[in-house]
Amino acid sequence: MSRTTAHRILIAKPGLDGHDRGAKVIARALRDAGFEVIYSGLRQTPEQIAAAAVQEDVRAVGLSILSGAHNVLLPEIVTLLRDADADDILVFAGGIIPEKDIERLKGAGIDEIFLPGTVTADVIAYLNKSLSSEDSMETSKQLSTAGRTSVEER
Amino acid sequence: MTVKNPPVGAPAKATTYKSTALETMAEARIRWERAQADLAEKRPFWKQDFTTVSSMEVPHLVTAEQVADIDPVAEIGVPGEFPYTRGIHPTGYRGRLWTMRQFAGFGSAADTNARFKYLLDHGQTGLSVAFHLPTLYGYDSDHELARGEVGKCGVAVDTLADMETLFDGIPLDEVSTSMTINSTAPILFAMYLAVAEKQGVNIARDVSGTLQNDILKEYIAQKEYIYPPRESMRLITDQFAFAGEQVPRWNTISISGYHIREAGSTALQELAFTLRDGMEYVEYGIRAGLDVDDFAPRLSFFFNSHNDFFEEVAKYRAARRIWATVMRDRYGARNPRSWTLRFHTQTAGCSLTAQQPYNNVVRTTIQALAAVMGGTQSLHTNALDETLALPTEENARIALRTQQIIAHESGVTNTIDPLGGSYFVEELTRRMVDGAFDYIRRIDEFGGMVEAVEAGFPQREIMDAAFQYQRAFEDKEKLIVGVNAHVLEEEEPIETLYISDDLADQQIGSMEVVKRARDAGAAERTLDALRTGAAGEANTMPLILDCVKAYCTVGEVSDALREVFGTYEEPAVF
Repeated sequence: MSRTTAHRILIAKPGLDGHDRGAKVIARALRDAGFEVIYSGLRQTPEQIAAAAVQEDVRAVGLSILSGAHNVLLPEIVTLLRDADADDILVFAGGIIPEKDIERLKGAGIDEIFLPGTVTADVIAYLNKSLSSEDSMETSKQLSTAGRTSVEER
Repeated sequence: MTVKNPPVGAPAKATTYKSTALETMAEARIRWERAQADLAEKRPFWKQDFTTVSSMEVPHLVTAEQVADIDPVAEIGVPGEFPYTRGIHPTGYRGRLWTMRQFAGFGSAADTNARFKYLLDHGQTGLSVAFHLPTLYGYDSDHELARGEVGKCGVAVDTLADMETLFDGIPLDEVSTSMTINSTAPILFAMYLAVAEKQGVNIARDVSGTLQNDILKEYIAQKEYIYPPRESMRLITDQFAFAGEQVPRWNTISISGYHIREAGSTALQELAFTLRDGMEYVEYGIRAGLDVDDFAPRLSFFFNSHNDFFEEVAKYRAARRIWATVMRDRYGARNPRSWTLRFHTQTAGCSLTAQQPYNNVVRTTIQALAAVMGGTQSLHTNALDETLALPTEENARIALRTQQIIAHESGVTNTIDPLGGSYFVEELTRRMVDGAFDYIRRIDEFGGMVEAVEAGFPQREIMDAAFQYQRAFEDKEKLIVGVNAHVLEEEEPIETLYISDDLADQQIGSMEVVKRARDAGAAERTLDALRTGAAGEANTMPLILDCVKAYCTVGEVSDALREVFGTYEEPAVF
């Protein structure tokens, strides 16, 4: 399925660390791959990130964190999105995240976690796949809604 | 002030080779060119890209011809003499080995105090403190932005009480301490001096150490800034003036390329931006009315050491030559101690891989060897697990042992600048010098480094280099063993240090105890005096010392300055 408009992605930096190399490399690679990318800048609170995601109506939020605060901050972002009825926004993360925290974070609603050594092509492929399958779900939902409407009209 | 760069590639005063020898060499080189071309036709090169890790061109062969115009005295010289290309000490490592200084800090002050004692017991010769992010950023452990961060990337220090615990049982007149602290450097410096005073140490005579205090590279790379650039520069010149009088053995700044490199710069950019940062501090010091020779001898540097061995060695040699030249010729420093560039090195954290982490010991060894052969004054070797977490005690020990093996077993310390005179190393050193002066000129055209930073110039250069490197890695032009070559499908995770989120509550609790026990009036008075002094022209350093002695917190002192100076936000571009 080809898409006509670019998916909009928010790349955000929660936590106090200033390591923005990864976030910026990902942001640029996604932009080059045809996504519309918004970069949050540094030291964003979970509240600021969730608000920006909702306001900008993004399809996915990529969280880059190397400070060690991921267990506290990442689940908060997922919860805030849920509270804002925006849990259709895909949340993925990258950075220095110990193996033993990954399961817990995925359980808390982080869809995917990319570790050091990841190639940007993998992130692009992941987003294309996740977002297009959502698109087809969305399309079939719309179709069935449309069908239902037409039934009701009849 | 003159802003003139010395002439680059000025006519050599002496030449290394007789012209007849060079003619014979040219004939030999032509024979080699033919021979290698013939062979290359039969057996093509196994890859296309023969550049450094920074994508710098590497010649297939360098001969005497390419280095014939390098002046063996004026440009290379002997150790301990201008331009110090071969080293700043006439005795090299025979007189004294480099300081083995492992950066450490995690959890509470008591946790880190125990690690310090462990490292000192195992032969480390100086301390280096890693503070947690809230301390680096001027927030207390109970601040909203400190959630999840307490004790994670370094040791939690909120008040003087934490600092007292951190150095408990460590005599500050015997150990020199380096503190990686920038925006909040004056506060932690003040706390350190207050602890030394409580230990009964003679501060003017016996306290020595280093503050990183390099705010320009925060705007450029590490991004732990608080206040706008000009206000930050004022705090630094206040410390230059204060320490010059009161703590003469203290290095008030460690001008850092490390973070610039970690952010993705090339080796050349690291060299050029760091030295231009250093020049900016010199210019601000002079503008603040200080005599260059009163503070320049206390400036020190901090470089990265990445995998590309010769590129690193050439970088250090070039750094010494450039610094000596600009200090003498551009700033008119007369004291030779103002000309010498002393530096600390840390092996490249960004070069370590999460995959097959034991390979990192090998990488670190190569990098440490480059630093030593480049003449470093002190060295931190990364532990093999530092791409995953802060190091375990065992891995921290292996990292220290790596240095000790280089010092005592490799033999490289026996002669000074063992690569000096290598055709390739001299040629690369000169290209580093020339390339750095090009960048320095471009930054001068902005009006200086503060202006270049405000225009986003170094930030953009670094970002472009980082992206280019990522492409080279993804296209497999650059191979990283275990990551895009020689990959293991299945890997067992290794044990890493795990810092519990429970520490935050304890830390906040003990800070509250300190705040309740202190003289509230004194805390308020000292903070008010700081606000007034910062708004005026006073030197802020003695005022901050009063605040910390009254047990004001890092957050309270930083907030007082935030009220006066405002804060800085960089534009979120990528």
